[in-house]
Amino acid sequence: MERDDIIEYSLDAHHSEEEGRKIRKKIWTVTLLLAIVTAIEVTLGAYWKEWFDASAWGTIKLLYVVLTLVKAGYIVAVFMHLGDERRNIRNIILLPYILFILYLLFIAIWESNYVHRMLELFQ
Amino acid sequence: MAGEATKALSNDVLWGGGRSPFSISYGKMMMWFFLVSDALTFGGLLVAYGFVRHATTEAWPIGEEVFRALPGLTGDFPLIYVALMTAILIFSSVTMVLAVEAGHRMDKKGVVKWLFYTVIGGAFFVGSQAWEWSHFIHGGGGYITLANGDKYWVHNNTHDTHDPANAEGFHLVKALPGHYLKADESHGHAHVEGAEAKKLWEERVDYVDGANMTRNEYGPPQYANFFFFITGFHGFHVFSGVVINLIVLLMVIKGVFHRRGHYEMVEKAGLYWHFVDLVWVFVFTFFYLL
Repeated sequence: MERDDIIEYSLDAHHSEEEGRKIRKKIWTVTLLLAIVTAIEVTLGAYWKEWFDASAWGTIKLLYVVLTLVKAGYIVAVFMHLGDERRNIRNIILLPYILFILYLLFIAIWESNYVHRMLELFQ
Repeated sequence: MAGEATKALSNDVLWGGGRSPFSISYGKMMMWFFLVSDALTFGGLLVAYGFVRHATTEAWPIGEEVFRALPGLTGDFPLIYVALMTAILIFSSVTMVLAVEAGHRMDKKGVVKWLFYTVIGGAFFVGSQAWEWSHFIHGGGGYITLANGDKYWVHNNTHDTHDPANAEGFHLVKALPGHYLKADESHGHAHVEGAEAKKLWEERVDYVDGANMTRNEYGPPQYANFFFFITGFHGFHVFSGVVINLIVLLMVIKGVFHRRGHYEMVEKAGLYWHFVDLVWVFVFTFFYLL
C-alpha cells in the first residue's frame, strides 16, 4: 500500500517545542485583539445613542464593517493558517470569493434601492 | 506552519507534476473548497437580508432593542447575551487552534485537552442559541393595535399573554410610531394603567405576541424569518461542528492519529470550526449590530 512517489504534505506540518512557543504567543495576541474589537463593537452598539447624535450612525455602521473585516482577516490568516500557505492557494481561495461577493453586494444594493423607491411611490 | 509550504521552490518544480503545486494535501484542499462554497451560501443569505432590509419602507427592528435580556435576570442588557455567545465561540476557536498547534508537536495530551474544551465551548454555544430562540419566540408581552393605527405594548407582572388584561400589574405602553420596542413619550407619560388600559385593550383590533413564521412583535415578518433561517443555519453548522470535533476527539484518544504520524485530521476539523466562528462574526455584525 505504501507508495514512495507521493509526497505526504501532512508529515511536514510538524514543528519543534521552540517554534510552538512562538506560535502560541501569536495565537494569544490575536485572541486579545479579537476580544478587544468585539468589546468595542458591543459597547458602541449598546450605548452609541447616549454618546453620539443620530447623524454619527452612518459612520459607526461603516466602522462596524471595517472592524468585522479586520476580525475576519485575523481568523482566516492566523487561526485557519491561510497566511502560512503558498500564495497560489491563498489566491485561488480568496480572489474568486471576494470578486463574487463584491458583485453580489453591488447588484443587491442597486436593485434594493430601486425596489425601495418604487414601494415608496406606489404603496 | 513550517514545512513544505514555506520551502522556496521554483514554478517549474511546483507545476512540473508529481506533486501538489499548492503544497497542501488533497483532504485539506477539498475542505477549503467546501468552505468557499459554504461561505457563498452564507454570503447569499446575508446579502438577501440586506436586500430586504434596504428595500423595505416599514420600520426595521434594531438589534439592541430586540435582544436585551439575560436568562434568569430582569432588567436591560442590550446585546450582552449575544456578546457572551460571540465570546464563547471565539474562545472555542482559540482552543481549537491550540489543539492544532499541539498536534504539530505530536503532543497527544495537549490535543485531547484543547479539543475537549472546544467541544464544551461549542455545546455551550448551541445551548445559548436554544435559549435565545425560545426567548425570541415567546417574546415580551406583545402589542395591541387600535383602529387608528396606534400601537401599545402589553405588560404585566406574570408575563401572561393568554389573558393579560386580568393579570396582576397589567398596563400598556404607547409605542413610538415607526420605531419598534420604543416608548412614545412625546405627549407626556407613555404608560396607561387601570380602567383606561382595560378600555384600550377591549378596543384592540389586533394582538401580536412573540414570533412565528408569519408575524412577530418585533417588526416585519421577514425579520423573524431571516432570524430563524440565518441563525438556525449557523446553529446547525455549529451542531455538526461539535459532532465532528467529538468524533475526532474520540479518535485522538484512541491514538489513531498518533499511529498515523500526523494530526492533520485535527487541522481539517479545525478549519471547519474556525469557519463556523468566521460566519458568526459576520452574522453578529450584520444581523445584531447594524
